Amino acid sequence: MTMTNDILFEINNLEVSYGSIAAIKGISLEVRKGEIVAILGANGAGKTTTMRAISQLLKAKSGSIRFKDRELTSMPAHKVVRLGISHSPEGRRVFGVLTVEENLMLGAFTRSRVNQKTLRWIYELFPRLEERKKQLAGTLSGGEQQMLAIGRALMSNPEMLLLDEPSLGIAPILVKAIFKQIREIANSGVTILLVEQNAKAALKLADRGYVLDVGTIAISGTASELLASSKVQEAYLGKKH
Amino acid sequence: MDIFLQQLANGLTIGSMFALVALGYTMVYGVMRLINFAHGDMVAAAAFVGLTVYTQIMGEATSLGAVIMIFLLTAIVMACIGVVLERLAYRPLRTAPRLSAVVSALGASLMIQNGIMLVWGPQMRIFPELVPQVYWNLGNVVISLIQVVILLLSLVLMVALYLFIEKTRMGAAIRASSIDQDAARLMGINVNRVIALIFIIGSSLGAVGGLFIGLYYRGITFNMGWQYGLYAFVAAIIGGIGNIPGAMLGGMLLGLFNAFIAGYISSTWADAFTFILLIAILVIRPTGILGERVAEKV
Ligand SMILES: Nc1ncnc2c1ncn2[C@@H]1O[C@H](COP(=O)(O)OP(=O)(O)OP(=O)(O)O)[C@@H](O)[C@H]1O
Ligand SMILES: [Mg+2]
Repeated sequence: MTMTNDILFEINNLEVSYGSIAAIKGISLEVRKGEIVAILGANGAGKTTTMRAISQLLKAKSGSIRFKDRELTSMPAHKVVRLGISHSPEGRRVFGVLTVEENLMLGAFTRSRVNQKTLRWIYELFPRLEERKKQLAGTLSGGEQQMLAIGRALMSNPEMLLLDEPSLGIAPILVKAIFKQIREIANSGVTILLVEQNAKAALKLADRGYVLDVGTIAISGTASELLASSKVQEAYLGKKH
Repeated sequence: MDIFLQQLANGLTIGSMFALVALGYTMVYGVMRLINFAHGDMVAAAAFVGLTVYTQIMGEATSLGAVIMIFLLTAIVMACIGVVLERLAYRPLRTAPRLSAVVSALGASLMIQNGIMLVWGPQMRIFPELVPQVYWNLGNVVISLIQVVILLLSLVLMVALYLFIEKTRMGAAIRASSIDQDAARLMGINVNRVIALIFIIGSSLGAVGGLFIGLYYRGITFNMGWQYGLYAFVAAIIGGIGNIPGAMLGGMLLGLFNAFIAGYISSTWADAFTFILLIAILVIRPTGILGERVAEKV
């Protein structure tokens, strides 16, 4: 909530392709310290591709991705989290045959020792995780796995959190609970870049948003502007005028 | 009863060797989903490297200190070769179709085999007697010092490996990388380093296995890696490929099975029965005894 004008993170003219197929065709966006920024868009718009490019799991074809004046595109993926960017990936990708606790410890891999305060905070955000800490992550429900993926990403004490579709395949009641805790995480000072198909829920949470459409940014603006925009309403909120 | 106890002792000995070698297959498969066909030949190479360390560096000394040095130097040399092998034969093909990596593995296997033949010749060489010929007669059962050394050292190495994987940060990184490499990268794990480490551990355990083969069977040939490698590979599959305790268990079971077939039926049938066992296990439990994750990866 401590929004400032300091730009923490910036993408400029990013292009990403899979072989000869261009998935991201020159997008630019920025995130200020303390903001929640949403990236919206239909299936296949390129949201996940953008997130993976930020984390360097995918290499950009051209363009720049800067975090606190450091260029990320020339960095191997495992170094990104050390800079303070943590990524909770699409589909959760928890380590299924490891316990909840082991998953959380892996989230703190870059730390010389586990920050007990962070761990306690994560257990407060998601008490379910503490109850199930000895359980194998693969046996958790989808919603619980999502909590674990977010908790695991927080274990590195990131400055910026990337969340790729935290509502994917989760019962509406759990989605509400998770979104409430995302707000809580933001309030603690973590900047958040959130990818969602659930545009309405995302825009209620976010300060600003970008709408991706087959690899380009179609619209951008504050959350209330986007919520009011008839284009966004028609395409993503299912309302017709 | 005597045959039983005798074959139990023999079975545990060869089982330990299978297990040490099987760990190399299973760890590489676990992280890279690749069968490192060159691993058996690395094991054979280790026996020859050990022979040369013994004659050229240790001056044919067989003191305890010298034997430890032979094991250490051989393991270090093989670990380095393992890292180079991964860099040259496998890393460039990391994202290529699986078949390319398989072909590369077969090529590496042939290269190492021919390399051994070029350096040490095609004829059988006799491995030095590094452990004194001490035997104990327990009733009608004979146990040798070599068997005791092989079994104990193997157990120590396997327990150490197990603790390393389960209790350390790098162990956790190995487990994470074997489940989901991209997710591991997101945790800040350098997967390339994990893979190098896997080759270091697998190749040095394989090196110890190769030296044991030399100690136990004495005659070593340039192409023996194929036979022992195949046995160890079968052991890894029986235990559940990709699963570390599975490789240990599979190795021991296969060793015992072999020894009992040899003791009660005939040693000429041991190979045939081994493959019948393999087929039976794959029919009953396609993922091997402890394997559960194999099919999980897309
Ligand atoms: N590994 C891949 N190989 C080839 N094309 C891919 C690959 N991954 C994604 N694509 C393509 O890139 C485009 C963008 O995909 P991306 O996964 O980024 O979409 P998304 O916005 O995250 O969609 P969703 O909401 O369904 O998750 C799609 O057309 C997709 O088919
Ligand atoms: Mg996506």
